[in-house]
Amino acid sequence: MVATTDTKKIVIEPVTRVEGHGKVTILLDENNEVQQARLHIVEFRGFERFIQGRPYWELPVIVQRLCGICPVSHHLCAAKAVDRLVGGENLTPTAEKMRRLMHYGQTFQSHVLHFFHLCSPDLLFGFDADPAIRNVFGIAAKFPELGKQAIFMRKFGQECIRVTAGKKIHGTGAIPGGINKNLTIEERDFLLKDMDQMMEWSRGAVKIAKDYTVENLEMAAGFGSFDSSHVGLVREDGALDLYNGGLRAIDKDGNTIFDHMDNQKYLDFIAEEVKPWSYMKFPFIKSIGPEDGWYRVGPLARINACDFIDTPEAEAARQEFAAVTNGKPNNITLAYHWARMIEVLHSAEKIQELLHDDDLQGEDLVVKGEPRREAVGILEAPRGTLFHHYKIDENDQVTMCNLIVSTTSNNMPMNMAVTGVAKKYLSGKKEITEGLLNHIEVAIRAYDPCLSCATHAMGQMPLKVKLVDCEGNVIDSRTKGASW
Amino acid sequence: MSQTVTLTIDGAKIEGQPGQMILGAAQEAGIYIPRLCHKDGLTPHGSCRVCTVMVNGRPMSACTTPITEGMVVENDTEQISSLRRDLIDMLFVEGNHFCMFCERSGNCELQALAYRFGITAPKYPYMFPDRDVDATHPDIMIDRHRCILCGRCVRSSQEVDGKNVFQFVGRGEEKRVAVNAEAALADTNVDVTDAAIEACPVGAIIKKRVGYVVPIGKRLYDHKPIGSEIEADGAVTAK
Ligand code: FES
Ligand code: NI
Repeated sequence: MVATTDTKKIVIEPVTRVEGHGKVTILLDENNEVQQARLHIVEFRGFERFIQGRPYWELPVIVQRLCGICPVSHHLCAAKAVDRLVGGENLTPTAEKMRRLMHYGQTFQSHVLHFFHLCSPDLLFGFDADPAIRNVFGIAAKFPELGKQAIFMRKFGQECIRVTAGKKIHGTGAIPGGINKNLTIEERDFLLKDMDQMMEWSRGAVKIAKDYTVENLEMAAGFGSFDSSHVGLVREDGALDLYNGGLRAIDKDGNTIFDHMDNQKYLDFIAEEVKPWSYMKFPFIKSIGPEDGWYRVGPLARINACDFIDTPEAEAARQEFAAVTNGKPNNITLAYHWARMIEVLHSAEKIQELLHDDDLQGEDLVVKGEPRREAVGILEAPRGTLFHHYKIDENDQVTMCNLIVSTTSNNMPMNMAVTGVAKKYLSGKKEITEGLLNHIEVAIRAYDPCLSCATHAMGQMPLKVKLVDCEGNVIDSRTKGASW
Repeated sequence: MSQTVTLTIDGAKIEGQPGQMILGAAQEAGIYIPRLCHKDGLTPHGSCRVCTVMVNGRPMSACTTPITEGMVVENDTEQISSLRRDLIDMLFVEGNHFCMFCERSGNCELQALAYRFGITAPKYPYMFPDRDVDATHPDIMIDRHRCILCGRCVRSSQEVDGKNVFQFVGRGEEKRVAVNAEAALADTNVDVTDAAIEACPVGAIIKKRVGYVVPIGKRLYDHKPIGSEIEADGAVTAK
């Protein structure tokens, strides 16, 4: 990449090893100093229109089609909203626990996939290692044990989904006011036989992520890190709760911005802003305003925002995590990985707890009550807080739908991370190598964005980077096909 | 004194009563002839042609062709299967059939036939027609995106329910199932317990608020292909 004009622009397109399609543009001045770096995701909200007129009971099944990566999150989030439409939000124990099993299963498999397949090549080989080995095949060759764990852990999570939703992908488990099946003894025992192994591997995953973060703390603290607010659902007693709870926001120091909010009124405390250079909206906390009200979601935000975790091993891991920042929120971008693995351990513990709970064999599957015409469902998806908001008419047909996906909430944080890394690692460099550009992607990957969700594009696409000069000419461009 | 008519289907000798259609006689003998517009108990319609068989070398619809002595019927041959595959394929592309989220999935006769014939994706281009939904009735919904114009609702309403709720209007591409009222389904005398509601082979006429209640694995065609209930043990097989 040779600079031929005073200002140039680097475009990374596509960003690889993320889910979906996005691109980064970096503007350099005549001294090769980074002027600006941005992640662009084209958000296409055609889906919201597509479901207009559909009957509400289709929603949990139809919205799964929004994203091939996170179907279960959309399934459950829509189901939580639809529960309210039929007045069935107080689920029976069997229904709630079946849904939780589905949710912990998907969180487990999603986090494992991300960590082992998408991120571990950067962490274990180095950000600028030879790209020929810096990939999942390199991991499988050099760390065969990890490669094996990744496959079996992922499969275990998918089996949790299969026994609750009927299929590993695009099932139907959650229905308005409940669930359409319970867990048979055979299904339970099928999962239980691998439980101890999953626990052990989860502990191992936490250790890898923790050791990496602690050993590289100084680098990580300066790698696309920045202070921010953090948002996540917490249980009434302040515990981490991935399935249900009230919304909490804390600032960079851990002070409460809001807590246990009424999820039905999310529009009173979250708003979305449009910026001219991005098709994706920027959600922000209303009380702070669009300028500084942006916040982070996802594993880091959740571990920061909760008071404790209600499973012992994950709680011990959380305490170690919190100790690194003296109990204050951790604002280090790369610490997402550690937080994510704590959630893997938490999900494993929760699955184990559920499998020993005979409520899962209960027969009472559905409740209904006074119907409503409008409802909001909020869920902690693997990638962060997910909002589904629907209105229906007197004929049961959808008239309005608004979705805020996790990746949209992390839009500003990812841009902060990209700018930070670009300024620190690319500024003033004579030549911008693939290894340097990968630093940008490492920062984005920490957030585990699902660009597929964010673009509502119903599928996966590759990612792209471009280098553009001051006149807008593209000097260099890298397009990488999706590896998955 | 009861007379019988003897014929062969794919070489197997079967017997039936005079006046019986090929489809019915085959069914009693344990031979499944695929069908969509036909429903036992309703007047044969002969419109979908999925039941096409070769009768003495000529294609005929098995649901409307009476059996005759010495008739030679071909049902399960590659030639006929390929014809049926094409017909099923066309039914898919001329409507908006999204099995992946349709609540009738797993219980749908059209989908089940596609599976039985090994169709995973249509070979013809989708037409994506502009169709509508009538959700005005409190308990019943018509989703015309999924209608295959089999007419089973029309005949069930007349012949079983003694009403006249549904009827065809328009021709060709414009043909659709209309309701017998000024405006919409809510204005008819339809009832959720009507046989016409159960008669729909696809997800075009559905009962409201009960979709997806049957889990995957427990649905009608999750484990056995459509027609296997007819191809019971002891069925006559070709020699
Ligand atoms: S079943 Fe015979 S023509 Fe439709
Ligand atoms: Ni997604």
